[in-house]
Amino acid sequence: MSTVDTPPPTAATPQPVRKPDGVFKVALRMWRTRIGVVLLVILVGIALFGPYFAPYGEQEFVGQPNTRHVEGTLLGTDYFGQDVLSRALHGGRSILLLAVASTALALVFGVAIGLVAAYNRGRLDDVLMRSMDISLAFPQLLLALVALTTIGPEPWLIVAIVAITTTPRIARITRGAAVPVVERDFVGAAEALGESRTRILWSELLPNVSGPLLVEANLRLTYSIGLIASLGFLGFATRVNAADWGLMVNENRIALSVQPWGTVLPAIAIALLTVGTGLIADGLSRASAGIDRAKGDQ
Amino acid sequence: MGILKLVLRRLALGVLTLFVVSLAVFLLSQALPSDPARAVLGREATEENVAAFRAQYGLDQPMIKQYTTWIKGLLSGEPGVSYSNGEPIMDFLGDRIKNSLFLMFMGSLISIPLSLLIGSYAALRRDKTFDNANSVSSLILAAMPEFVLGAFLVVLFATNVWNIFPATIRIRPGEPPWSDMKGMILPLLTLTLAVTPYVSRVVRASMIEVLESDYVEMGRLKGLPERTVLWRHAMPNAIGPTFQVMALNVAYMAGGVVVVESLFNFPGIGLAMRDAVRDVNIPVVQFLAMFISFIYVITNLAADIGTILVTPRLRTRLS
Amino acid sequence: MSEHVTLDIRDLRIEVDGTGNDIVDEVTLQVPRGQVLGLVGESGSGKTTVGLAVLGHARKGVAISSGSIEINGRALLSRSAKDLRAMRGSLVTYVPQDPSMSLNPALRIGTQILEVLEHHGFGSSQQERRERVEQVMTEVALPNDRDFLRRYPHQLSGGQQQRVGLAMAFACRPAVIVLDEPTTGLDVSTQSHVLATVRDLCHQHGVAALYVTHDLAVVANLADRVAVMYAGRIVEQGPTKAIFDNAQHPYTRHLTAAAPDINSDEPVIGLRGRAPAPGKRPAGCAFALRCELVTDECREQFPVERPVLRDHLVRCFQAGRGERLTPAQTPVSVRRDSESAPALQIRHVDAAYTGHQVVHDVTFDVPRGQCVALVGESGSGKTTLTRSVGGLHREWNGEILLDGVALARSSRDRPTAQRLSIQYVFQNPYSSLHPRRTVGESVSRPLRVAGASAREASHAAAEMLERVSLTAAYASRYPDQLSGGERQRVAIARALVCKPSVLVCDEVTSALDVLVQAAVVELLVGLQRDLGLSMLFVTHNLPLVRSLAQQVVVLADGKVVEAGPTEQVLTRPEQEYTQRLLADTPSIAAALAAD
Repeated sequence: MSTVDTPPPTAATPQPVRKPDGVFKVALRMWRTRIGVVLLVILVGIALFGPYFAPYGEQEFVGQPNTRHVEGTLLGTDYFGQDVLSRALHGGRSILLLAVASTALALVFGVAIGLVAAYNRGRLDDVLMRSMDISLAFPQLLLALVALTTIGPEPWLIVAIVAITTTPRIARITRGAAVPVVERDFVGAAEALGESRTRILWSELLPNVSGPLLVEANLRLTYSIGLIASLGFLGFATRVNAADWGLMVNENRIALSVQPWGTVLPAIAIALLTVGTGLIADGLSRASAGIDRAKGDQ
Repeated sequence: MGILKLVLRRLALGVLTLFVVSLAVFLLSQALPSDPARAVLGREATEENVAAFRAQYGLDQPMIKQYTTWIKGLLSGEPGVSYSNGEPIMDFLGDRIKNSLFLMFMGSLISIPLSLLIGSYAALRRDKTFDNANSVSSLILAAMPEFVLGAFLVVLFATNVWNIFPATIRIRPGEPPWSDMKGMILPLLTLTLAVTPYVSRVVRASMIEVLESDYVEMGRLKGLPERTVLWRHAMPNAIGPTFQVMALNVAYMAGGVVVVESLFNFPGIGLAMRDAVRDVNIPVVQFLAMFISFIYVITNLAADIGTILVTPRLRTRLS
Repeated sequence: MSEHVTLDIRDLRIEVDGTGNDIVDEVTLQVPRGQVLGLVGESGSGKTTVGLAVLGHARKGVAISSGSIEINGRALLSRSAKDLRAMRGSLVTYVPQDPSMSLNPALRIGTQILEVLEHHGFGSSQQERRERVEQVMTEVALPNDRDFLRRYPHQLSGGQQQRVGLAMAFACRPAVIVLDEPTTGLDVSTQSHVLATVRDLCHQHGVAALYVTHDLAVVANLADRVAVMYAGRIVEQGPTKAIFDNAQHPYTRHLTAAAPDINSDEPVIGLRGRAPAPGKRPAGCAFALRCELVTDECREQFPVERPVLRDHLVRCFQAGRGERLTPAQTPVSVRRDSESAPALQIRHVDAAYTGHQVVHDVTFDVPRGQCVALVGESGSGKTTLTRSVGGLHREWNGEILLDGVALARSSRDRPTAQRLSIQYVFQNPYSSLHPRRTVGESVSRPLRVAGASAREASHAAAEMLERVSLTAAYASRYPDQLSGGERQRVAIARALVCKPSVLVCDEVTSALDVLVQAAVVELLVGLQRDLGLSMLFVTHNLPLVRSLAQQVVVLADGKVVEAGPTEQVLTRPEQEYTQRLLADTPSIAAALAAD
């Protein structure tokens, strides 16, 4: 009995090296995520490249207003005699770009604030999170409207206000996900080695909250698209007379019974876009919960 | 004693929140690098007109003075006069507030029980047909902005497919909001469909947490009937989160009401807000923003206190 | 088998729902009236699953697929849900592992006991039931006044909560009671009182008890018979004394050799590897992978249970063969350099946790080349003190000297060389490794901080991995591919890679099963001998200290109660606190001697 401490046979057989599966990879095994990705790709394609395929200009008069069948058009004309299809192909780009820009900005600030708060518990955490709580006490749309009152719907203002109102929401999620990570011992090990704060935030904490963050980023993108489209619908689109899916729903809804396409087409576009990102967010959150559960079982 | 102290602390926090919000509202609507008088009167207005406008609405005063005057007005119930017609704000917003509160009240009356029901049932039938179907449909509904959802409802029920409900609501000035119940149906349906999926997901998650707890398993191992396990052991622990859900519901509606009212031409504060923003009617915008925040803060306060009262762990810590 | 069999389990098989993979198979157990059967196994062995099955309960995703369970001759598994409910809580009851989670936080404890009586139709009036509640509260040594019964669970201590759990279980005078590690998380004195209560009540009321645990010492003290479970099967069962003195199965022999004992100075002997999980179990004996007596026969089929003596059954082709287990290494002979200065000196250290002082004026040394065990129960301040040494906790005053040089409070304020000279091994190997970094990256990181090149660092890391008995091939793996023991070896390699003056081990074995715990202790002993390590070994596990430490410091309520050479403190303690601690710590040797 002298071989007590030799490695067991299982340890001798080399296992293939495999990085733990990322959230995305796991999420893509689910149908809802795949459908979401397909919807997103199609709608982003339309929003970005649609203008190049539009048969008419964005503000080109093609025939009698609010008519379903007009020579040379597929879906008829809108309230101003413009081609519905062309308007729809033009009308997604600004919504998408503004939403992506504001979500990206909010992600940068929200993640930074959330990580710092989680790592530096105590007073800084209290102050940061309390102020985040207060800023949540206000529906996003309302704050956006207040800010638009005197300046008007400038693109920079919309990006800024959506980013500012989204930041606290991301910060809370980041903090919530990071607090348990901070308590894990590998962070203590890094501290004992004297790793810098930035390195701990960046390479110890961030990679381990990426799952919930991906989910949140997608969810926030969904809501930002909805919010910016809603502003358009309320009449606060960024460019006067320009095509905008939100604004189109508003412009054409009076003639809904005679020419439904003017309203329905942009509404469908927004719906598919937001449902796409929403499905991806849901798939990611299921995947990330599943991965966490598997970890807990060990 | 303990509870009173706690309520006071939460109340103080609410007041602080409102104070911060008032600063934000004031700065955003009035003090951003722009001239409200110019914005209202347009580029062609003469210097004299602009100066007169400033004097009339106190815009020539120092910022601090303007802010304190505004806050004093809010607190004394006289939140100023409208830029568009010089009338006191409350005179023409009174009815609209009533209308909107009625809409939100009715919406909550439907969607809170509905969310609780759907959420709890989905949790009980976890990963079964109902839960899966609900998961997909609520996901789709929650992702769409309210006006898109509303537009689809109008297409379905008010115009092209089945023309059974009016697409707009008609409440004549001075009449109560329930004078056109048929017109209320689509706005209510939109609000409910927008809020319920979101809130029922929260309910489902907190119910699942309770149902999978050790103490619920222990209840079963003690041989208690399933009914007792659910009602005596699971429910009391799920009630705390339920209060939060109600607050969430109201908060969501406060935002959604602007869009829904615009879509159905519902004469409420949401529509008033949109119009005021469009017309640069700053006093109205400021008042409405504060009013909605106030509702929000009050609801949260009530939910917090409610949660503490029904959670022994929190309640007993006080004494 | 003796008369009056109260609990009779036959050929029980429990599967993962829908897959047909067995969690538990061929389990046959009998417990006579008034006796305690200890069901011993490592985590994942299926012991809790068997315990719950006795109440006819299977957790989500698990299904009882065949076999029978009878209580006093009444079959349990074939019953309707309604019948089963009537039996649960009255005929057969359950005491769960963690009372803080299984008592309902929203209900008063009186209500929670009373409702068992109500639902099982005890007594004819509410008055009678209330009297019974007061009676069982007295039996479990809790106050039974109205005020106490109106408390909520969170207003009770851990020990009191577990007593409420016992009161609930004994309220209806059950025939069978299942206790699932009911003393986990309690400190030893509370544990000893709870165990005494369990023993008395079972004997007094003639209850057949199934006591599920991983702790052999508890079983030796409490159980009449012991059944040992491995990978879902009972590999050996018999009278307690026979299991400990005359173990037949190699696994049982390893278990007893790995269990540290407060009254024995024999070194623990570890065994590496882990039990195969459901779905990955071999056709033959599940222990074959780790067994040194393995033959081809063992790999082909699972041995059947056969009697060795009356009442003593074993499942092994090689039962009783093999020599007595001896440690692979000779016991430690430590160089005692009395001339050289201590590696670590702790001088009058006070430490606070969020403003609350938890460590009071602590002074002791870690001599060079020696292992000092810092022993204390939860809340004694030992973790705060060690984290202060490591620079992870900043709220402390006094002096901590490393190689004679005073240390700054926070690790950030210490020079790199100093930081690398104190290395830390953490309690939980599942949380101490960055999940997205390979083993090699984790182990070489300290060297990179010290300024080594990537090549040098990975070379040294590979060498260190060999040192902790892993192969260099582990460098490219991720933590989720490793077992708990392997992870802890990686954590040790990471701590040792830059040759620290002092190694701080914070409860490093508490998350591991006993065999792996012993293997890690063996590794540490070997490393200390070969490298001349100075070690501060923090633990609540007093018996473990004996295999490892030359000196012991006993900490209670943040103060040093007693300190001295291990042998002296553990055999001739001077302080009353230490004496009580030793008396309350269950011992296999003492229990067997007492019989």
